[in-house]
Amino acid sequence: MTERYDAIIVGAGHNGLVCSALLAKAGKRVLVLEARDQVGGAAITRSFADGYSVSACAHLLYQLQPKVVKDLGLKLEYASRNMETIGLSPDGQHVRFSGDRVTGVDDADTTSYKAFHKRMTRFADLLLPYMNQAPARLANFGSGDIVRLAKFGLDIRMLGKTEMQEFIRLIGINIYDELVEHFGNPLLKGVLSVDAVLGTHLGPRSPNTILTYLYRLCGNHGNVASPTGGMSSVTEALAHAARDNGTTIRTGMPVKRIVVENGRAAGVETESGETFSSWLVVSNADPKSTIMDLVTPRHVEAGFTRRVRNIRMRGNAAKLHLALDGLPTIEGLDKKDFGQRMVVAPDENYVEWAFNPAKYGEFSKDPVLEVTFPTFRDPSLAPTGKHVLSAIVQFAPYELKGGWTNDARDEFTKTAIAKLAEYAPDIADRVTATELLTPPDIEKEFRITGGHWHHGELTLDQFLFCRPVGGAAQYAMPLDGLYLCGAGAHPGGGVSGAAGRNAARMILSREKAA
Amino acid sequence: MSIQEVQQDRKKSPFYSRQSELDRLNQWHEWKGYSSADAFYSSELEYFAIRNSTGVFDLTPMTKYRIDGPDALDYIDRLVTRDMRKIKPGRVAYAVWCDDQGQVIDDGTVFHLTEGEYRLCSQERHMDWLMASAIGFDVNIEDETADIAGLAVQGPTSYSILNKLGLDGLENLMFFGLMQFDFEGTELMVSRTGYTGDLGYELWIESSGAEALWDALFTAGKDFGIMAIGTSALEQARIEAGYLAAYEDFLPSLETVRTGRSRSPFELGLGWLVDFKKPNFNGRRALAEEKRRGSTWRLVKLDLEGNKPANHSYIFVKKYGRYSQVGFVTSAAWSPVCKQNIAIGTVKMPYGAVGDTLWVEVYYQREMHWSRLMANAKVVDKPFWDPERRLVTPPGPY
Repeated sequence: MTERYDAIIVGAGHNGLVCSALLAKAGKRVLVLEARDQVGGAAITRSFADGYSVSACAHLLYQLQPKVVKDLGLKLEYASRNMETIGLSPDGQHVRFSGDRVTGVDDADTTSYKAFHKRMTRFADLLLPYMNQAPARLANFGSGDIVRLAKFGLDIRMLGKTEMQEFIRLIGINIYDELVEHFGNPLLKGVLSVDAVLGTHLGPRSPNTILTYLYRLCGNHGNVASPTGGMSSVTEALAHAARDNGTTIRTGMPVKRIVVENGRAAGVETESGETFSSWLVVSNADPKSTIMDLVTPRHVEAGFTRRVRNIRMRGNAAKLHLALDGLPTIEGLDKKDFGQRMVVAPDENYVEWAFNPAKYGEFSKDPVLEVTFPTFRDPSLAPTGKHVLSAIVQFAPYELKGGWTNDARDEFTKTAIAKLAEYAPDIADRVTATELLTPPDIEKEFRITGGHWHHGELTLDQFLFCRPVGGAAQYAMPLDGLYLCGAGAHPGGGVSGAAGRNAARMILSREKAA
Repeated sequence: MSIQEVQQDRKKSPFYSRQSELDRLNQWHEWKGYSSADAFYSSELEYFAIRNSTGVFDLTPMTKYRIDGPDALDYIDRLVTRDMRKIKPGRVAYAVWCDDQGQVIDDGTVFHLTEGEYRLCSQERHMDWLMASAIGFDVNIEDETADIAGLAVQGPTSYSILNKLGLDGLENLMFFGLMQFDFEGTELMVSRTGYTGDLGYELWIESSGAEALWDALFTAGKDFGIMAIGTSALEQARIEAGYLAAYEDFLPSLETVRTGRSRSPFELGLGWLVDFKKPNFNGRRALAEEKRRGSTWRLVKLDLEGNKPANHSYIFVKKYGRYSQVGFVTSAAWSPVCKQNIAIGTVKMPYGAVGDTLWVEVYYQREMHWSRLMANAKVVDKPFWDPERRLVTPPGPY
């Protein structure tokens, strides 16, 4: 006799935890099964060298949805909030971003940035409510869908004639053109380009990179925070919220398959052979592994299977962790600046050129970096006096020509450190240990197909009602009793919790309607 | 662009050499890249060969896929709506397959050749869909259209001809069964299937043996009124048998652009092929939903008054003396053998229940002038032509 639950969540990523907490809050008996020994999925803190810990995949918090925080009554501790973003310049002429202010550029750019930021945050605010609800259905829609679509249309219209035209003009285009039109300072354009393409297989000249930029601004207007204790503190807080509501969370329990009986989800079987029954299985795994590996295509339909298989989700961002025996020196930065977010992207073309080789299966010889020193505000992550550098390094294609051999890995690590050394000449001497997570490593460690942290490229054809695929964008998969609650579902990745919350709400509202 | 670059030569079936010798009319059309004859002598004559002696139709352009591998059964069972577990080796199944929306992609026949080995035959090509369906299954799918030549041997004397050809044991072959024979060292597969609604067989052989088979068949059939037939005669016969044709009575759903232009199995009168006892098959969810909510369309077989074929006609119901349009005719013919004016059509639900009276607006032309009449039409459920000999085993000699 297997144990029966009202709902089983596959994976204790942040979305799975949000979803479980909300389902449990609604009175359900919920079981969360996590493959790793700790909860959090790609939002965890773990050791990477003796005595050194780091937020292993996601390392900054900028999208956590206020609605999630409110619904679950989360109280998070931050090592730093409203972090500045510093665009690094080798000569110390850095460009600093904070809210709608930018310094280190001329007056024209300062003014332009204010206007740009105002417009972008306004558009992001317009999108925000739609990120926090299931997308409307375009075919076979019910009255609720018509209302939502009409409301969306009205919201756009209410921007006023000029802004509406701007919104419609911008939503599908690339950020490069827009940046070149408005700004003069190369470094400023470089940093904004990075914000638009971080974590994606896109360059600033790729279509819909305005959309990815807006996506980043949804919720907190792009304000970056770093939680005390790293990302695990966020997911631990979510796990506490889930447990407080009665959720059972079991770690070290990788799910082998989702059990399908008579054409509906009926529970899960773990790799150790234990089975758990439930008529409601919610997968926090990405759509590809959920359908292809856990459910297997024979239990769903061919057209759907083909669409899922064709989801574009090849990661192109690597994560670099360095253990340092002290902070490096960077020309023109004070010590306190090491608590901020730093970006290496001298100009907009640099970012595009960094992307180019990735299209052909090569990593960037001159990569883009997003760098933080989490230990600066949170010394608990490293031995006393020592530091950790955590960086996202782009671009590093999932399918590297010749594969990610140890040599390739070493070479890319060296490339990244050499790039850092252009800004912090003494960094190489400070490094005592390194870890590089390439997309295949991310795939393996975090069980994300393709190592793409959004669980699917954020492009217009995989967005809103097309996410993860058309006909399955309402969190319910075309298999009774199976839902998706991870980043592969609307709205997408980033530590936001929106997908998990939306999924839980969809499940509960469907139940109410039934 | 030069002619070489275009490269669109029509393929010739391995029977072409024999067919072109018989051909008097030089009327050919294209069928999936092959030349296929409309008729060789006269479509009327060929039609009467089907009904009174035996007509031989070249099936080679028919799409033929070989499906095997460890998951072959599971694969086909998920592909089509009916329960393929019930189709044992040596049996053939008529089947439809649907897209995820439960709309018919095509109909065809699945031959269970030997344990775990299948052949799927249909009018249209479907490799793209079959490959999509194969994701997650350990199966091999091979297009053997060009490798296997096919002949439909259809009509009351067909058994006698094949018997004379020396196919021992054919008398035991049941309707929708298949048997393998040796023909001059080549394997010859014979299935008791067809598209005419009469006693008949389909012969399948490797292309290299095609001409020899044709020659032997026509020699054996000499005294039994054997005749090569073209598509026109076959079309007439299939309407009498009440069989559907893709692109006439329904559109393959993957080819439709507008919503509502495709049809579900229920809407084509093929609900009997849908087995909801199977936990999963393509289109199941949508079809279960349709079953619950009711279908939009219904396929009807119509017995019309008069003798003017009702091709391309609107179908009406008469309410309070007024006609309102409820559908249209998709196939129509005057049936010489039934002495009936027959049609297949599609009407909106709930119209067109068996026994209902509908009205069909028939246009016809006499010496350039068009005329119109409203023909009374009765909805029937049985095929228009369904002789006892179609099913009798052993088939009687003629």
